[in-house]
Amino acid sequence: MILQTPIFAAMPEVTPGQWVVLTGAATNVACALLGCFLVLRRMSMMGDALSHAVLPGLVVAFLFSGSMSILPLFAGAVACGLLTTFLIQTLHQYGRVPSDASMGVVFTSMFALGVVLVKKFVSGLHFDIACVYEGTLELVSLADPIGGLPRPLFTTLLVLLVNLAVLVLLWKELKLSSFDPALATTIGISATAMHYLLMTLVAVTAVASFEAVGSILVVAMLIVPAATANLLTDRLAVMVLLSAAVGVASSVLGYWAAAFWDTNIAGMMTVAAGLLYVLAVFLSPRYGVCSTLVRNVRMSLRVLREDLLAMLYRVEELGSQKQMTAAEASEAVGGGWLVGWGVRELVQKGRILRDGERLQLTDKGRQDARQLVRSHRLWETYLVQHLGMPLDHVHEPAHRVEHFINEQLRQELESEIDPSRQDPHGRDIP
Amino acid sequence: MTGLSLTEKVMIGTSLLGGMSGVVGCFAVLRGRSLVGDMLAHAALPGVCLAFLLMGTRNLLGLSLGALASGLLAIAAVTIIVRWTRTKEDAAIGIVLSTFFGAGVVLLSQIQKPGVGGSKAGLDAYLFGEPGNMLNGDLVLLTVVAVVVLVFVGLLFKEFQIVCFDTDFAQSQGWPTLRLDLVMMASLAVVTIVGLPIVGVILMTAMIILPAATARFWTNRLHVMLLLAGGFGIAAGLFGTKLGRGLPAGAAIVLTAASLFILSLLFAPQRGIVARLLAEYRLRKRIAREHLLRALYELSEAQLPELITLDLQTIQDYRYWRSLESLLQQAVEAGELQRSGKTFQFTPLGLRRAAKLTKAHRLWEMFMMQHVGIAPDHVDRDADDVEHLLPEGLLIELEQKLASEGRLPDVVEEVPISPHSLGADKATRP
Repeated sequence: MILQTPIFAAMPEVTPGQWVVLTGAATNVACALLGCFLVLRRMSMMGDALSHAVLPGLVVAFLFSGSMSILPLFAGAVACGLLTTFLIQTLHQYGRVPSDASMGVVFTSMFALGVVLVKKFVSGLHFDIACVYEGTLELVSLADPIGGLPRPLFTTLLVLLVNLAVLVLLWKELKLSSFDPALATTIGISATAMHYLLMTLVAVTAVASFEAVGSILVVAMLIVPAATANLLTDRLAVMVLLSAAVGVASSVLGYWAAAFWDTNIAGMMTVAAGLLYVLAVFLSPRYGVCSTLVRNVRMSLRVLREDLLAMLYRVEELGSQKQMTAAEASEAVGGGWLVGWGVRELVQKGRILRDGERLQLTDKGRQDARQLVRSHRLWETYLVQHLGMPLDHVHEPAHRVEHFINEQLRQELESEIDPSRQDPHGRDIP
Repeated sequence: MTGLSLTEKVMIGTSLLGGMSGVVGCFAVLRGRSLVGDMLAHAALPGVCLAFLLMGTRNLLGLSLGALASGLLAIAAVTIIVRWTRTKEDAAIGIVLSTFFGAGVVLLSQIQKPGVGGSKAGLDAYLFGEPGNMLNGDLVLLTVVAVVVLVFVGLLFKEFQIVCFDTDFAQSQGWPTLRLDLVMMASLAVVTIVGLPIVGVILMTAMIILPAATARFWTNRLHVMLLLAGGFGIAAGLFGTKLGRGLPAGAAIVLTAASLFILSLLFAPQRGIVARLLAEYRLRKRIAREHLLRALYELSEAQLPELITLDLQTIQDYRYWRSLESLLQQAVEAGELQRSGKTFQFTPLGLRRAAKLTKAHRLWEMFMMQHVGIAPDHVDRDADDVEHLLPEGLLIELEQKLASEGRLPDVVEEVPISPHSLGADKATRP
C-alpha cells in the first residue's frame, strides 16, 4: 500500500506537541481558505449548519462501510452537504422561508435525524455525539499513522490540498461569483454551481476536522480568521493569505496557552483566534476602532481650528478694536476639551498670536481665514441663488461644508453665481 | 404534582417549553434573527462552567443564571461588532458563537481536572439535554418563565409588532427601537437558557425556529402567528414525547416539529406549495384560454358581425400553441365555441368574452404607445402579459381617456329601456 510508505521517514523525530500544532495549523488553514468566501458571501452560518447537518450522512456511511475509514465518511459528507444546501436553497426560494430560518430549519432537523439514526442503529459503538462536538486534538499523535503522519493530520492535509487546488484553479470564478453573482451568471459562470461546490468543500472540510477539533470549533476556524483578515485588507488574495496566517498563528498561540494552563487545546486555539480578531477590531490600520477614533479626533480638531480662525476673522471684519480672549473664543466655537489643543496648534503653526489671554490673527492666519470665510459665503450665495433656499436656512449647511471646499471648487462656485461681491446676508465675499 | 408519572411530567415540561419558544421564536424569525437562538445556546457554555466553578455545585438555578449572563454578553458582543466594525451580522454571530463555545470547552476541561471535583457528566446533560430527568422543580421553573414571558409579550405586543415590521417607522415615531430589540432578544435568551438542559443545544435552536416558521405559512397576522406557533410548539412537545418512546426525546420532538413544518409547507392554504402551484396552474389555464379567444376574435374580425367558421389548421397556424386541441375542447365545454368536425364557431357568449379581452389588449397597447412611448411593434408582447390582469376600473379609465381624445366612440353599453315604469314599485311597497 502506497499510503503505508513513510513519506517523512527522513524527517527528524516529531514530538506529540508538534504533531498537535501541525494538525491544528493544517485544519485552520484548510478552513480559513474556504472561510474567506463564506464571510464575503455573508454565509458564515452555513459553516455551522453544514457541520451539524452532515451527521446523518456520516451515520449512513458508517453503517454501509462498517468502519470509521475516511473515504466513506467523505462520501456521506458530500451527499449530505449537497442535500442540505439544496434543501436550504429550495425552502428559501420556493417555500418563501427567510434564508436564515430555512438554514435553521434544515440543519436542526438533519441533526435530529442523525441523533435518531445513531440511537437506532449504532448502539454500543464509539460513535459518540459529544465527541463530534469537541474532538480530541490532544490524542493526535496516538492515532494510527497513515504514510508516517497521524491519521487526522493526513486527512486534513489531504483536504487542505484539495481546497487549495480548487481555489487556484477556480480563483477567478469563485471571486466573481462571490462579489457579483449576477454578472458571473451573465458571462457564463454558474454562480449556483460555485455555491454548491463551495458548500461541498465546507462539508468535507468540516468532516475532516471533526476528529481533531469537533463540529463547533470548526466553525470558529472557518469564520474567525477570515473575518479577522477581512478587517485588515480589501483585496481577496491578500485576505486569503492573511486568514491562513491568522489560522496558523492562532493554532501556535492556542497550543502554547493550552500547554501553559494545561487545558483543552482546540478550545484554546479558538479563544486565541477570537483574541486575534479582537486585536484586529482595535488595531486594524484602516477599519480598526483606534484608527477610526484617531481619524475622527483629527477631523474634529481641524474643523475646530478652522472655526476659530474664521471667527477671529469675522471679529476683525466688524472693525471692533476689541480682541477676543481665549475663553471667549472657546465659548464661541462650542467649548469642549479639544479647544485648548486647537488654540495651541494654531499658535504653534504661526496662524495666531497669543498675548496673555488675547488672541490675534497673524498674516498667514488671516489668509487661511479669508479662504474659509470665502468658501462659506460663496456656498451660501450658491444655495440661495440656485437651490432657492430661504435665507435663514443657509448658514448651517455652509458652516458644515466650508471645511471641504477647495480652491478649484471655490472658483467653480464663483463662476456659477451672479457676479456680486456680497453674500445673501449682505456681507462682502472676501 | 407529585401524583404525575415521569412521562406526564416530561410531556407537560416539553410542551410548556415548546409553547413559549414558539411564541418568542416568532419575533426572532420575523426579525431575521433565527440563528440568534443557536448562538445563545452555544454561548451559554462558558457561563454554565463559570457558575459551576464558582458555586461548586450543580444547582439548576445557579447554572441557568450563569448561562443567562454569558448569553446576554454574547448578544451585546454581536451588537457591538455589527455596530462598530465592518464585520457583517452573520460572521459576527459565527464568531461569538464559536469563540464563546471554545472558551466553554477550555473551562470544561478545567472542571474535569482531578481536584476540582466535577465530572462533566452533569454539564454534558446540560448541553445535550435530558428530558428524562424532569424534576418537579424544573416544571415549576418552566411554568413561571412561561407565564412571565407570555405576560411580557402580551403587554409589549404593539411595540414588538411595530419593531418587527417597520423599524424605521417605529424609530421615527419615537419608540426606543434599540431597547425594544434588546428586550425581545433578552426574552429569547431567557427561554433558550431555560430550555437548554431539557432538549439540548441544537434541539433548542430548532424549538425557536421550527414552530414559528411553521406558523408563518398559515397567516399574515402577528397575533394569529403567535398563537399558532405556541400551539405547534405545544403539539411538538406532546406528540414528540409520546411517539418518540425509545428515541432521544429531544430529537423526537424536533422531528415532530419538522413534520408539522413539512405538512404546512406543502398544504397551508395560501403560502403552501400545493396551494401556490394550484393557483399558478389555474392562472396559466385562464391565460391560455384568453389567448385562444382573442386569437379567434382576430381571425374572424373582418367578417363581423357574421360569425364565420374557422378550421383547425387556420387556428393552428395563427400563433404558437402549447396544446391547442385541449384548449379548444375546454372552450367548447364552457359554451364559448361550437364545434362541428374540424371547424369551430363562436357562440354569442364566446364572442362577447373575446371582444372584451381584445378590447383590453388594444386599450393597453394604445396606452403604452401614447404615454410610455413604446414602439408599435413592441407593444403586442407586453400587452399579452398584462391584459389578463387589468382591473375593470383601469379599463374604464383607459376607455374614457381615449374617448376624450376622440380616439374611441364614447358609448355607454347600450341598455334597453325598462319594460315597466320606474320608481312605481316604491309606492306599492310598505
